Amino acid sequence: MIKEVLNARRLLCPLPVIRTQDKVKQLQPGDQLEVICTDPGVMQDIPAWCRINGHTVLETRSGDHEYVIVLEVGSC
Amino acid sequence: MLAAKTVMEQGVHVEGINFFTGFCVEGHTHAIREKDKAKPKRNNALWVAEQLGIKLHIVDVIEEYKKVLINPKHGYGANMNPCLDCKIFMVNKAKQWISENGFDYIITGEVIGQRPMSQRKWTMPIIAEQSGADDRLLRPLCAKNLAPTLPEREGWVDREKLHSITGRSRKPQMAMAEKFGLKDYAQPAGGCCFLTDKFYSAKLVDLWTARQSKDYELDDVMLLKVGRHIRPKPHFKMIIAREEGEGRFMEGYRRDFISMVCTSHTGPMVLLDGEPSAEDLYLAASITARYGQGKNADQVDMTIRDKDGSERTIQVKPLAGEKLPEEWVI
Ligand code: SF4
Repeated sequence: MIKEVLNARRLLCPLPVIRTQDKVKQLQPGDQLEVICTDPGVMQDIPAWCRINGHTVLETRSGDHEYVIVLEVGSC
Repeated sequence: MLAAKTVMEQGVHVEGINFFTGFCVEGHTHAIREKDKAKPKRNNALWVAEQLGIKLHIVDVIEEYKKVLINPKHGYGANMNPCLDCKIFMVNKAKQWISENGFDYIITGEVIGQRPMSQRKWTMPIIAEQSGADDRLLRPLCAKNLAPTLPEREGWVDREKLHSITGRSRKPQMAMAEKFGLKDYAQPAGGCCFLTDKFYSAKLVDLWTARQSKDYELDDVMLLKVGRHIRPKPHFKMIIAREEGEGRFMEGYRRDFISMVCTSHTGPMVLLDGEPSAEDLYLAASITARYGQGKNADQVDMTIRDKDGSERTIQVKPLAGEKLPEEWVI
């Protein structure tokens, strides 16, 4: 299992979602990706994108104007 | 959304494609402005896909879109929106995508007569032809008013179950949404694109005029959405944050622009685009002072920061007068 970090700071939605989508394409089911953003919109958009595409959000956290989402890549 | 639902009802497998040009409204502004915080922060395309239970592919077309916006073959709409060229471009991109991903045809939600420029009976074949999609482009909402396409002729969809909506009224769509049980029917097209906005378009034209070149980068597009834009002289422009959220966003650009902020009183973050002289900086500082708590003071301290991070502080008198000259305000 690989654990990767994606820096999506200063990008505004939907760019963090696009970057997440592109990164996930390079990963395998079961791998984890931590996405670090500054646009609060990601707290809605990335989980919605995960639900649609069969990935699981493991954790969301925020603080100091940063928003972090950890997801696990699904099998579809 | 309704177009997708119409063919999905016939058992067709549908996936969504959403193209990000850089000018899409949703997402950006709420991320920056406090006043937009009350609005729902959802991304419409993601929301629609979730309602329909389909996958959504978001495609970054920022670079390729430049040639569409800079030089549209069919011209602009009421503002800087090159809708017809934009549709041809997007259908063409969708055509490439379906052939790479094993899909048979494209559907769009277009309706004849819905939009003044891009959704007319005569534009429908132009979009199909010039995008190269030809008869692999199906418009389920108005298909019965158009010649049968490949999926109809092949029996992949039943033409009889498609629709014949025309005109500007959205009532038929509303009725259909209700029939499908879709409560929060998505925002109509156009309202989700900055290029249809008069004020945004004026800022874009100003940028091109000042640079004497119809070019732009994504950062330009983003900054046109932020702050008050004031051009006191042709060779420099000020972007003045209207609130804390914008100021925070603009701080990320301090390495790309000269910036200034009032240090003796509370005041906004300001970026300067262009090549201001020492005299221009003084003028910009006095304008900036008008927007802070020190606007009535005899003198305020303004800290100017260069792109390399070096700082100096000057004392200025806030620019007097009721209003700024109208021609300065973009
Ligand atoms: S309103 Fe729609 S069709 Fe027109 S330019 Fe914007 S995205 Fe393209």
